[in-house]
Amino acid sequence: MAEAQGTYNYTVIRQFSVMAVVWGIVGMLVGVVIAAQLVWPELNFGPYFTFGRLRPLHTNAVIFAFGGCALFATSYYVVQRTCHARLFAGPLAAFTFWGWQLVIVLAAITLPLGMTQGKEYAELEWPIDLLIAVVWISYAVVFFGTIAKRTVSHIYVANWFYGAFILAVALLHIFNSAAIPVSLTKSYSAYAGVQDAMVQWWYGHNAVGFFLTAGFLGMMYYFVPKQAGRPVYSYRLSVVHFWALIFTYMWAGPHHLHYTALPDWTQSVGMVFSLILLAPSWGGMINGIMTLSGAWHKLRDDPILKFLITSLSFYGMSTFEGPMMAIKTVNALSHYTDWTVGHVHSGALGWVAMVSIGSLYYMLPRLFGKPQMHSVKLITVHFWVATIGVVLYIASMWIAGVMQGLMWRAVNPDGTLTYSFVEAVKGSYPFWAIRFLGGLLFLSGMLIMAYNMVRTIVGGERVNAPVLVPAAQHA
Amino acid sequence: METLYLLIPVSVILVFFVGLAFWWSLRSGQFDDLDGPAYRVLMDDDRGKEQGAGPSTESADAAPAAAPPAPPDTAAAPLERRR
Repeated sequence: MAEAQGTYNYTVIRQFSVMAVVWGIVGMLVGVVIAAQLVWPELNFGPYFTFGRLRPLHTNAVIFAFGGCALFATSYYVVQRTCHARLFAGPLAAFTFWGWQLVIVLAAITLPLGMTQGKEYAELEWPIDLLIAVVWISYAVVFFGTIAKRTVSHIYVANWFYGAFILAVALLHIFNSAAIPVSLTKSYSAYAGVQDAMVQWWYGHNAVGFFLTAGFLGMMYYFVPKQAGRPVYSYRLSVVHFWALIFTYMWAGPHHLHYTALPDWTQSVGMVFSLILLAPSWGGMINGIMTLSGAWHKLRDDPILKFLITSLSFYGMSTFEGPMMAIKTVNALSHYTDWTVGHVHSGALGWVAMVSIGSLYYMLPRLFGKPQMHSVKLITVHFWVATIGVVLYIASMWIAGVMQGLMWRAVNPDGTLTYSFVEAVKGSYPFWAIRFLGGLLFLSGMLIMAYNMVRTIVGGERVNAPVLVPAAQHA
Repeated sequence: METLYLLIPVSVILVFFVGLAFWWSLRSGQFDDLDGPAYRVLMDDDRGKEQGAGPSTESADAAPAAAPPAPPDTAAAPLERRR
């Protein structure tokens, strides 16, 4: 491969990669704190550090700060390497970094102060929402500008996933955040009542579908083949996977509003589309895992591959669990219980965090001119600590959730409730303690990663790899 | 349920654009070769140090280029070089 003019822009990737680890630790630490608050309520301090205010801080930090930085970093890496072109509009790319960090810092200040729109995953007040919109549109310009100046005709499938994620999130954010400001720190949603709920969960579910799924699938379709050194199991299937997912995801949101004021038929449509989603999700999961077909031995001693393949297993698990929970009769038991919390974390820790961690371990040495991470052994340690943490977390939440659901619905022969609510709370304590332990383990894994990252960076040089002329078009 | 009058058109418009993107990708030959792209990603060697063409160092903020490049093909990369 010959060397073309210029270098790739690795600077912004380095910044986002390092901050992904930093925000991962911050977000998960807040998660561990609120898990502890449930076990030991004395840990709720003053108005600012209570569960109600820290919980949105936790979700925003892990989804948008940790997940967001990981998505920015990997998408900038993948789009440059697969398009064989330097990032479009360098200063704008730098702006996306600093703008996004500013959003995160503002979130960390305003949420504990109680400034919130009260919409799940969209709590931030309108001035911050405007900043997010500006940063996000800049992101789209940089990403699609790079696609436009590509030097190969084919757009690799990972870029399609990233592209869909960027466009869909822009649309969702703008529609759901529509609000009427009454002051700098307070606004009211442009929608009311059940309309507001429906828009919120149209947003909320697609935030999961596009932010936490499509974007990370882009990551999967690049880093799994690269780390395994094998082409993706079926490129054809990956293209089908993409289009099937894109066409069906938008319609599943109403399953968050089963048995509410939302019309029954809307709930049923949401349920049916959620069930349909199982097919593309599993197609993608199988495609990723089967990439290792014939090379399973690589899993034995490559911890990065362990992270990536385990993440796909959790993706398969939670995309099976999700459609099941969207069935109305199952939802009657699971909704509002800790089962939902367990489901979210099997996706968030098992899938999103693990695929990000694997991808970051892949990129970091390449970004800092090192042959590999400072310690491969520590990656293995991180993998096992994280895996045990996830398993403890989701298993305890399953048990607690099913127990809560059964206790809440139990009735005596005379029609009165068998248990008072507080009895279900009391029964949940042991499981909340196990969940706290699981979260603590996962956080410890991130600290190990941070140490490994710092040791890799120290003494490394900040390389900007040369832009390579693509391999011959006829493969 | 007036919100559906907003959400359904928005979703339909979106699906229209998705369909447009699909049509474009079909017509522009994105799917003509459904095997090659998977291999071409692997042919892109992103290990700057080992491919001989030394990576350029950011002159502004990098440490003096004192760090010698890692010797290629030694025990340096057991993770990746096991084929």
